[in-house]
Amino acid sequence: MRKVSRLSRFNIASLALGLAFLYLPILILVLYSFNASRLVTVWGGWSLRWYREFFNDRAMIEAAWMSLRVAASSATIATLLGTLAAVALSRGERFRGRTLFSGMLYAPLVMPEVITGLSLLLLFVALNAERGFWTVTIAHTTLTMCFVAVVVQSRLGSLDRSLEEAAMDLGCNPVRAFVSVTLPLIAPAIVAGWMLAFTLSLDDLVIASFTTGPGSATLPIRIYSEVRLGVKPEINAICTLVIALIAVVIVIASLASKLSSSQGESAAPL
Amino acid sequence: MSSRRIFARPARFAAIAPYVWMALFFLVPFAFVLKISLSQTAIAQPPYEPVFDLTAGWEALKAAFAALSIDNFRLLGSDDIYVFAYVRSLTVAITATALLLLIGYPIAYGMARLPKRWQAVAMVLVIVPFWTSFLIRIYAWINILQHDGLLNQILLALHLVSQPVVWLSTDTAMYIGIVYSYLPFMILPLYATLAKMEPVLEEAASDLGAPPWQVFWLVTFPLSLPGVGAGVLLCFIPIVGEFVIPDLLAGSNSLMIGQTLWLEFFTNKDWPVASAAAIVLLVVLLVPLLLYERLQKRQLEQER
Repeated sequence: MRKVSRLSRFNIASLALGLAFLYLPILILVLYSFNASRLVTVWGGWSLRWYREFFNDRAMIEAAWMSLRVAASSATIATLLGTLAAVALSRGERFRGRTLFSGMLYAPLVMPEVITGLSLLLLFVALNAERGFWTVTIAHTTLTMCFVAVVVQSRLGSLDRSLEEAAMDLGCNPVRAFVSVTLPLIAPAIVAGWMLAFTLSLDDLVIASFTTGPGSATLPIRIYSEVRLGVKPEINAICTLVIALIAVVIVIASLASKLSSSQGESAAPL
Repeated sequence: MSSRRIFARPARFAAIAPYVWMALFFLVPFAFVLKISLSQTAIAQPPYEPVFDLTAGWEALKAAFAALSIDNFRLLGSDDIYVFAYVRSLTVAITATALLLLIGYPIAYGMARLPKRWQAVAMVLVIVPFWTSFLIRIYAWINILQHDGLLNQILLALHLVSQPVVWLSTDTAMYIGIVYSYLPFMILPLYATLAKMEPVLEEAASDLGAPPWQVFWLVTFPLSLPGVGAGVLLCFIPIVGEFVIPDLLAGSNSLMIGQTLWLEFFTNKDWPVASAAAIVLLVVLLVPLLLYERLQKRQLEQER
């Protein structure tokens, strides 16, 4: 095989343009969040004015707090259920209702959010559940556990199964073999799954709008209602804070996956 | 019995909790959507006439069945607004998916040709924007596209236009927003198949005298079709039901189905019509959804 790079000029140009397209809008947003001027067109020097404005905006802070709580709790439940689902699908061989099970897990990944949101709301109304923190948490868990299942399942699929089998040949029962051999090996994928679930929940506007009740708006719901009224520098500041939070989450996730010894080709289908 | 078999039995029990959860919160709710799409709008809380009341006994249940109406579906079929919204949703989704393929393919192709260690970096760089909020990314574009935004300033400074161009509330803005938001979904599956491809195949074709475009068209592209299929479905299905992007970036004179559903639900408080719209949307998406399921299953559950 030739060792020479097969990159053509066209390849480099499309990569550079593609990455610029993906990153420039976000960089511009972050830059303008430090703009002292109220006008978007005028650069008025560096300032933290819009961050102060956000921290004085009680309704915004409350929405952010609500979002963080929902994201943390739904991601935790989703990681538990999603990991169980992944184990069943990749180690359970054939079982009754398997097709329906995998169908229910893969469909929400692409299902338009308006449908998921509406159907969950109708369920909550029929059950007479009080809408607020818990209904949004349940809705987000339902969506994000599917993403966790896919991430963990692809990791389980790339594992060498002879390790589990060796543990069992040496006298472990299946549960013990799973806990002491498999679990440590898939831990990075589980951590990555939690992070993904957390950010997806923090992100969601549509499903939260359907399933929340009066007085408990999440951050995206507040941002959305402000954005509809036009560009406000304070929103730039909030968005920058959210981006910073997600950046921290990504760094932790990638450190976690570095910890896994054999990375292999586990390209998680995000 | 092999240890693999013994391992499988407790693994199956792991399915119970997620199975029950998904059945209760994903499957059962569709029954409610169907039920309410068949009931009449009422000015009440909740704003529809209850269809069944299981406590009322068998006779009442029969009467309730007799009262089911397909009026909401008839409304969807006869009112131009809804028909137009479905047509528009499909047109937008097809156009946007084609644009995504045209833009995403060269990027994925470039990634696959990078040296191995740079490929991982490029993949992270493509995934990271996917982790930042959808809403924030759309908002970033509102910043750029507004009347005195950066794009118009640049165009004016370069004397390409004599006065600011209206970008917001146009289809152009909407397509920019959709392409921007969904690009990682198109690039990643394409990259996954292109990276697995044997470079010898392309080299053989060009050694045998094929010009580069022919190598691409006769060798590379056909081999990448599984990735193309995955990318297209991954983008097309959610775009058909998209709400946020057309709502914030496109004009309000022609709506997509996600927007009409939202409007019926939140503004008109007509839950039965919104439910009927959701059912029709689901039926439209059934074939692509089934195709996607098969693909996803093959990818994750191949026997090794």
